[in-house]
Amino acid sequence: MPIQYYIALAVTLFSIGVVGVLIRRNAIIVFMCIELMLNAANLLLVAFSKTHTAVAGNPLAGIDGQIFVFFIMVVAAAEVSVGLAIIVMMYRNTHSTDINFLNRLKN
Amino acid sequence: MGIAAILFWILSVLTIFSAIMVVVSKNPVHSVLWLIATFFAISGHYIMMNAQFLAIVNIIVYAGAIMVLFLFVIMLMNLNSNTEPRKNIWAKLIGVISAGMLLWILISVVRTFSDQIKGHPQIATFNTGNIGLIKNLGQVLFTQYALPFEITSVLFLSAMIGAVVIGKKN
Repeated sequence: MPIQYYIALAVTLFSIGVVGVLIRRNAIIVFMCIELMLNAANLLLVAFSKTHTAVAGNPLAGIDGQIFVFFIMVVAAAEVSVGLAIIVMMYRNTHSTDINFLNRLKN
Repeated sequence: MGIAAILFWILSVLTIFSAIMVVVSKNPVHSVLWLIATFFAISGHYIMMNAQFLAIVNIIVYAGAIMVLFLFVIMLMNLNSNTEPRKNIWAKLIGVISAGMLLWILISVVRTFSDQIKGHPQIATFNTGNIGLIKNLGQVLFTQYALPFEITSVLFLSAMIGAVVIGKKN
């Protein structure tokens, strides 16, 4: 498949993640939509790394893109662990995961 | 249409449909399950692009570890569709419209430059290229990217300590 199809797929996935962040109020679902956006970026990185290999001819060209995907996964895992801890703490205080309760960080 | 194209379309439809279901599901547990389906479809795309290591890591780390964490937190909080907070219909409409305009702009950019990148090689072909194998990725990761890899361990340690400190009852 040409690269344009993968770009269109990743862009669509990213936009669905944006829709979720904008229209949902449950903090956990907002987090999951951020994961969707990260995965759209990952998909695009892999597609471009593959294209780079095919164009450059060098069998190891474009390997950096896949390494970046690995690091993005690492950062996402760390982010999820801290973010879910924050959500659990917030739920313990307010007994809700509505992000509109988060418009004040005091108390 | 070859087998690669058919698989691409099936996986793409599965990815988009599961992602939409993540957003529209009322029950957060269903959202998590649909997100797992999305990750499996994306792993299928990685395998099509000969990125086998990333496909397996995507399944193990995302669909395995992170989603279990999400599910565990949701079950800990006893969330279901009854406790789902309601949102104003106008706010939803405005959110969908603005994200749709973002999609429109990005798709327009791709279409504008589409004729310039035409003629480049097809990327979803089986058994071409071996940069996705763990042998080659590991060699680069432990030589050229050894320092970022070690810094990653510090990041994980600090995230773990941070999660424990935040979650600790005071």
